[in-house]
Amino acid sequence: MYKLGKSIARLGLLSAALLVANLAYAQGTQGSAKFPGVGRNATPAEVAAWDIDVRPDFKGLPKGSGSVEQGQTIWEAKCASCHGIFGESNEIFTPITGGTTKDDVKTGRVASLADMKQPQRTTLMKVPTVSTLWDYIYRAMPWNAPRSLTPDDTYALVAFILSIGEVVPDDFVLSNTNIAEVQAKMPNRNGMTRKHGFWNVKDKPDVNGSACMNNCVAFVQIGSTLPDFARDAHGNIADQNRMYGPYRGADTTKPPIAKLPGAAGEGLAHAKDTHANAPKGAAALFKNENCSACHAPNAKLVGPSIADIAAKYKDQSGAVDKLMAKVKNGGAGVWGSIPMPPQAQLSDADRKALVEWVLSGGK
Amino acid sequence: MTKKQIELSVEDISAVEKSVNRARLVKAPEHFISQELIADINANGLDETRRGFLRKGFMSAVGGAAAGLAAPLAFAAGEGDPAILEKQEWQTTLGKNVATMPYGVPSIYEANLIRRESPGLTRVSAASVAFTPLQGLFGTITPNGLHFERHHQGWYNLNPETHRLMVNGMVKNARVFTMNDLMRLPSVSRTHFIECGANTGLEWGNVAVPTVQYTHGMLSCCEFTGVPLKVLLDECGADLKKGKFLLAEGGDGSGMTRTINLESCLDDTIVAWSMNGEMLRPENGFPLRLVVPGVQGVSWVKWLRRLEVGDMPWNAKDEAVHYIELMPDGIHRQYASIQECKSVITTPSGGQQLLDKGFYNVSGMAWSGRGKIRRVDVSFDGGNNWRQARLETPVLTKSITRFNIDWVWDGSPAILQSRAVDDTGYIQPSIKTLRNVRGTRSIYHNNAIQSWKLDSNGEVSNVQVG
Repeated sequence: MYKLGKSIARLGLLSAALLVANLAYAQGTQGSAKFPGVGRNATPAEVAAWDIDVRPDFKGLPKGSGSVEQGQTIWEAKCASCHGIFGESNEIFTPITGGTTKDDVKTGRVASLADMKQPQRTTLMKVPTVSTLWDYIYRAMPWNAPRSLTPDDTYALVAFILSIGEVVPDDFVLSNTNIAEVQAKMPNRNGMTRKHGFWNVKDKPDVNGSACMNNCVAFVQIGSTLPDFARDAHGNIADQNRMYGPYRGADTTKPPIAKLPGAAGEGLAHAKDTHANAPKGAAALFKNENCSACHAPNAKLVGPSIADIAAKYKDQSGAVDKLMAKVKNGGAGVWGSIPMPPQAQLSDADRKALVEWVLSGGK
Repeated sequence: MTKKQIELSVEDISAVEKSVNRARLVKAPEHFISQELIADINANGLDETRRGFLRKGFMSAVGGAAAGLAAPLAFAAGEGDPAILEKQEWQTTLGKNVATMPYGVPSIYEANLIRRESPGLTRVSAASVAFTPLQGLFGTITPNGLHFERHHQGWYNLNPETHRLMVNGMVKNARVFTMNDLMRLPSVSRTHFIECGANTGLEWGNVAVPTVQYTHGMLSCCEFTGVPLKVLLDECGADLKKGKFLLAEGGDGSGMTRTINLESCLDDTIVAWSMNGEMLRPENGFPLRLVVPGVQGVSWVKWLRRLEVGDMPWNAKDEAVHYIELMPDGIHRQYASIQECKSVITTPSGGQQLLDKGFYNVSGMAWSGRGKIRRVDVSFDGGNNWRQARLETPVLTKSITRFNIDWVWDGSPAILQSRAVDDTGYIQPSIKTLRNVRGTRSIYHNNAIQSWKLDSNGEVSNVQVG
């Protein structure tokens, strides 16, 4: 009996321990007392996998380093096609570099933001904290392959960008240990304010209007109108409004009409047969399958333009099959170093339609 | 056969027939019957329905020769309007079955009202904007298919089965929730507007775009359903004394990150999965997005995958490089979050064409990120004299309020404006008043009074007064 009793006691202890463990597990995996069964605790590995943000105090910054020279190599392979060799390009996104001086590095205020001598505000003119560059490049670049850079790659790229802005010398090696010193040299580190009425709903607005109801202005002056040449810059507005009802769209493919159309809408486009179906065919595929994220009709974006591809493969036998294989498997090296990702999601028919359309110059 | 041709009346046809006969030889009507119909008649004989098709084939043939003669109200003198006197196809034939379109789509006659990009605004469509066609909307709710889109690195159809929300940072327990978990929690449904901080930003310097779709179309308003942020943070044991800031992170390629002001936004922020009764659309963050009422749209992080509680702002790219406002002294305003009181007349609006003089219902939208709309005034003379508009109910906080006002147009040129006042007493300013303080080089937070100029030919255009 003693033995048995001990065993039972042991069993009891064991089950009590199990119960506690189960409770802990339940709390961790099955939710709280308030919401039992909902949610679970995150494992340390899960938090580490997702919690990649880097703050201005460098909380979250992984250890590592990279030189300007290494940065230049990675830059030319992965970044230059969108941002230019020196980060100056305005072709696809706004420029990253330019508009800052050595004086700005001293003062922490970018002078060209006030004197308006720069045609465009570049990233380096605006960004007050180096952590911002590190965080964004690591989480979201390159454009068509985000999260593919290592921490060391990222240190090198930030170092390269800063060297172009003359924030660090050409032989600089940026690392987690010296990044705070670099922060103290950012050209626009003193260029931001949070003193305004837009952060809290209770804050006071900086501007307010007038409540005047009658005879409020001496004369009404029109300061700005849409220039005539822009009349159809957004397409035919008639096609962007209802073709019935009191408010129609103006036919902007033509000059303004001479007189009121009258109740019958004389001279206006009327309810005509319109189709709710999305446009079909290769042009729609091109947009919907995201080809247009990297290729434009006539301009080089991340990849070559449709016109350039059509010109290169003009009269080449087997071009359709060759390009169909490229679209399916991806490719690199023909038009530069940026690879074309494989588009395995496309059916053979869609791929064929797309390739034939591209080879026809997008017609 | 086109809709216009279907609607030609018998009188129109006889008129066309005569003129065409005089002018040139007309092919026999049977040339206009489709091969399918011929085969069908051969196989099944002629009945009333097929006779109807034959008649319409003939009508389209002659109608096509005289396009443009049909005008809805301009019927020839006689017994009346053919739209009344004539039996219409939909009155005399069998309509479509239920569930022919299991998830319905708008009428084909509404196909002009779609989201549109502004040509040349960005070079790549994956980091661009598609604007809501405000010129054709009614009431306050934006249809889900027309809710504006703004992406930073393209959108995906995220798989809800593998979507996770992690809450970490200054919390007792970092926790993970599946969609199954979240949708079990106590939910709320609230109607709020969302406006991009850059809405109307194209026009800080001068008039740049023709219609209200492009001037104000980065604006939508929906009923969102989800779990209050406070419930989730409490559940994880968030330290809300020290943790005054929240990082919201998206599951897209840009890993979109924004700092949220917990002091100001904790009471009404929602972790939402539904928009207007259905799940969020992929373009608007399916399966999960943050709803931060009154705050610029970029903070309403889409495809929401992580919330981190912290004690300082993060200075993410879209709060340190973009979504900052350049003041005349060269200083940028950072974390300018609240969307201030604003309104716009949507009908009539830029690019539209009025048909005739007489009575019109002038209608528009007003909203404020600080609370409710108290009143809206409308001017027809460029801001010299104002009349109070009718506010339609419900008037909800941080939501769009629809206003209407009666107007009899005498045919002379006019400039239409609307001016909203919110319940904090803030009055929507003129563009001149705004520029006097903030200059012209900002992109964001242009809540100026909008002016539409109506010419005597009935065409409405976008102008700035002052």
